[in-house]
Amino acid sequence: MNGIPVEGFMYPNEIELQWSVLIVLYPFLTGLVAGAFILASLERVFRVDAVKPTYRLALLTALAFLLVAPLPLQLHLGHPERSLEMYLTPHTSSAMAMFGFVYMWYLMGVLVLEIWLDYRSDIVVLSQSTTGWKRLFYKVLTLGSSNISDRSLEIDNKVGWIITVIGIPSAFLLHGYVGFIFGSVKANPWWSSPLMPVVFIFSAMVSGIAAVMLVYMFLCWARRVPIDMRCVDTVAKYLFYTFLIDFTLELLDLIHRIYESDESFRSLDFMVHTKLYFPHIVIQILLGTLTPILLLAATQVLPISEARRKLTYAVAGCLTLVGIFAMRWNVVIGGQLFSKSFLGYTTYKMGFVAREGLLVAIVLTILPLFILWALIKLLPPWLETHSLDVSPLASAHGDD
Amino acid sequence: MTITRRQLLILLPAAAIAWDSILAGTPEASPNYNMTDHWWGMLIDVTKCIGCGTCVQACQAENNVPDGYFRTWVERYHVADWSIENPQVDSPDGGKHGFPPAAKEGGKNFFVPKMCNHCADSPCTQVCPVGATFVSPDGVVLVDQKYCLGCRYCIQACPYGCRFLDPTTNTASKCTLCYHRITKGLTTACCETCPTGTRQLVDLKNPNDPVHKFIETHSVQVLKPHLATQAKAFYYGLDGSVR
Repeated sequence: MNGIPVEGFMYPNEIELQWSVLIVLYPFLTGLVAGAFILASLERVFRVDAVKPTYRLALLTALAFLLVAPLPLQLHLGHPERSLEMYLTPHTSSAMAMFGFVYMWYLMGVLVLEIWLDYRSDIVVLSQSTTGWKRLFYKVLTLGSSNISDRSLEIDNKVGWIITVIGIPSAFLLHGYVGFIFGSVKANPWWSSPLMPVVFIFSAMVSGIAAVMLVYMFLCWARRVPIDMRCVDTVAKYLFYTFLIDFTLELLDLIHRIYESDESFRSLDFMVHTKLYFPHIVIQILLGTLTPILLLAATQVLPISEARRKLTYAVAGCLTLVGIFAMRWNVVIGGQLFSKSFLGYTTYKMGFVAREGLLVAIVLTILPLFILWALIKLLPPWLETHSLDVSPLASAHGDD
Repeated sequence: MTITRRQLLILLPAAAIAWDSILAGTPEASPNYNMTDHWWGMLIDVTKCIGCGTCVQACQAENNVPDGYFRTWVERYHVADWSIENPQVDSPDGGKHGFPPAAKEGGKNFFVPKMCNHCADSPCTQVCPVGATFVSPDGVVLVDQKYCLGCRYCIQACPYGCRFLDPTTNTASKCTLCYHRITKGLTTACCETCPTGTRQLVDLKNPNDPVHKFIETHSVQVLKPHLATQAKAFYYGLDGSVR
């Protein structure tokens, strides 16, 4: 069909891949969201003060990626105009049907609310210290309340804490559910595994922590301010430990498959050694997992200078993101390259300028960074209320 | 007669619904067909199939199946000696135009027609996010083309590779068991045209159906029984090598 190279025998309808690079992007983006949020919760709930400089940045990063996360799905649908039906008439036995609800809950019930509560005092101050459209924008964001008295901020803080506590299982739910979408497909032995949601959650944490660490380091460099090494060292330490758990889980899955050697094993093993060798063995495991783990391990045990640690973290962070993207690729694309008859293999042909092509994927990957840039401009993570000239009106007891 | 503004507000939505029904057209009448009286399946006698591909052609013609996609197809198996875990299988163009002469000698060769198994516990209907695909009260797995999102989750979930995304409608498509025919007392296009009687429609709720009686009294098998999909495509004479 369409000149797609096939080896062995595929059921005739299997030759064309159904889920493209856009479906690879979807778990990658939601993983970054969940991971960034869990990093933010370290400071808020678990009182890890060292990571405080990344707290707000992590929240904004999560929001930027969450806003883009549904776009690849929308672009992939045969009938995007019908996507609202998932909200209106959800099929309750479908894992995918719950996406809309989990997504909306996480976006509106957790992330936006937490960001608003955390930024509220800044928003009130900005609504008075800025002019023009910005003033109007911040005025709207205050939602009519300019009360930033100590008592009011204390309440904000308490509510924010509760939301973060609820947010942690929500973040797990958001990404665990993505893993479940794949893990619950019994027709596909490459996907079908109860470990899938857990592996997805831990890989999400790995990618989110790495992304926030990289964004923080980049922003410090761009703003020409020194990197808080205590913060980055702590983030890197969490990245290292989370990565170890993630890799252990993946190894457990692998060992289980090898030892059990069920009917699908020979077919999958052949695929991993041929069609999936480069993205799976070389990119995901060697380059994207073992190398960053070894680099991070070196920073934990060897006396490395600050300058070299920064470089090591930057390299390890980038490789981590490459590795996690490769993991998503290997799950989504790898799961469609072999026949459910276990007798053959097809090929994924990715277009460049196509609805589900490489160009769209690149745009969708970069888009969250632009959104993050805009969010940082509007809600600077390093803005502290006390450093601004707060007008008496704002600090007074306003409309409670 | 004058209509008040209040009456108009009540009448307009009713008129809209009525107009919607008019636009939808009238379904073809099947006055004697009662869905709950039937539970459809298919018997496929592998020992009779000659791999002529007539069933594939008939299905494509009857259901306007686009070229390169298949609601049914025929596979040819070659199993050398005892190694049933390593069959050699081919299905050029779904077996639509028959098969070229087999190059392999020895062992056994046979044809296996494939189609949607119309599973009672179908994994494809389970995963549909909006319920656009469903099991009808008479046991046929169908897709509502006007409702399907085209997410393709059902295609991934089908263990038998029976579904595809129809490029003309951008929705999931599959064998309907010629629902438009069987509800009028006819058999499916593939059964109708099969020259050897390999395929036979069966009503599992009808105790007097001879095909039902055959299934009751003979050793039949379903594909991938370990997946517990309650498949209703029953195979007679199926070799253990068939996937």
